[in-house]
Amino acid sequence: MADISVLDLLDLDLKEHNILSLSCIAGRSGLSQKIKTSKISRPGLPLSGFFEEFSASSIQVFGRGEQQYLLMLDKEKNYTNVEKLLSYRVPCCVFCDGGKPTESFIEMSEATSTAILTTPLISSDFSRRLYQTLDEVFAPTQTIHGVFVEVYGIGVLITGESGVGKSETALELIERGHRLISDDTVRLKNINDSFLVGMGENPMLAHHMEIRGLGIINLANLFGVGAIRDRKQVQLSVHLEEWDASKSYDRIGGEMTDTFLGITVPKVVIPVKPGRNVPVIIETAARNERLKKLGYYSAKEFDQNVLKWLESETARKMYYIDEDNV
Amino acid sequence: MVERELTILNRAGIHARPAASIVKTANGFKSELTFIKDTMEVNGKSIMGIITLGAPYQTKILMRTNGPDEAEMADAIQHLFENRFEE
Repeated sequence: MADISVLDLLDLDLKEHNILSLSCIAGRSGLSQKIKTSKISRPGLPLSGFFEEFSASSIQVFGRGEQQYLLMLDKEKNYTNVEKLLSYRVPCCVFCDGGKPTESFIEMSEATSTAILTTPLISSDFSRRLYQTLDEVFAPTQTIHGVFVEVYGIGVLITGESGVGKSETALELIERGHRLISDDTVRLKNINDSFLVGMGENPMLAHHMEIRGLGIINLANLFGVGAIRDRKQVQLSVHLEEWDASKSYDRIGGEMTDTFLGITVPKVVIPVKPGRNVPVIIETAARNERLKKLGYYSAKEFDQNVLKWLESETARKMYYIDEDNV
Repeated sequence: MVERELTILNRAGIHARPAASIVKTANGFKSELTFIKDTMEVNGKSIMGIITLGAPYQTKILMRTNGPDEAEMADAIQHLFENRFEE
């Protein structure tokens, strides 16, 4: 969602530790204003008359300090700077700590159709949550064709040609107690360039699946609430492809990767052919990924053991040879 | 690669049945089919993908075909849209 209005911000369905608790107290006509940047501005300097580098396109957050300053300006009947600030048509002004603006401020905001919001959160807490929220809203996104499941706590993105058996594989995984995040279209988000989050494209149509021969099924109803999840970090990319005898597949566990929106995730390519139990392979890949997170690389460890063994074998041989020579 | 802008002409928009008929038609061709609406890009050979687009009456979506029989495929799909998916 690259296009967000102040009203959308109020409507965002955020949970517990992310909740912004915003409510609009004045300037309702300004609710349709678009928020165009993820930046936040603390308008202390503009209020005191310094408007250079003023970021007028960002949300203006009034903490206790700014609110006290406004009260002082109101007592002095000095409205020039407030008027000037509101004339920039800022997206909205947020009063933290449950604060309310003065009558004069409300009048001016109504006149310029600037929405005035209030939140019981203290400004530092509110800013942190707002940054987090806006970062996500403005995060680069990409929609890809694939199935996204959570296997042993690892977010596994399954891709492959139509008809290769992605949905069937996911269905088997769900049957085994894993969770579906989205089937068919997965929306990926790059969060702060540090990790990738995947979710369903449309929350209303999420957790449905199309299985050839059955049609569209609702997984939440069929398997229960334990079989679904709304979003998850993408931690492993699994590519399914038709078994190609002429192609050589990874046999020892190398380090393949996939890149989505500039973020690299480990990748495995699984050749599919009748009789190969793909869900078990994916489960194992997920377990392996967990091991890697704990710092244990099966393939490397195995190789090291082989090397160690070879070394000891050579050492022993050398010893025997020496003995023979003696 | 062939790209065409299509308009949804049937009142109900793209729901399950039109989506299924698009996929059925598309599967008769070898080329890849993609539908693009706003920032969303979905595989045209997948029913859930097309439904997820959320294309009500009068929406404009971009169709892209790519492959050996892209022109024929584009014509067939366009025909389907113009015929209101026989609704």
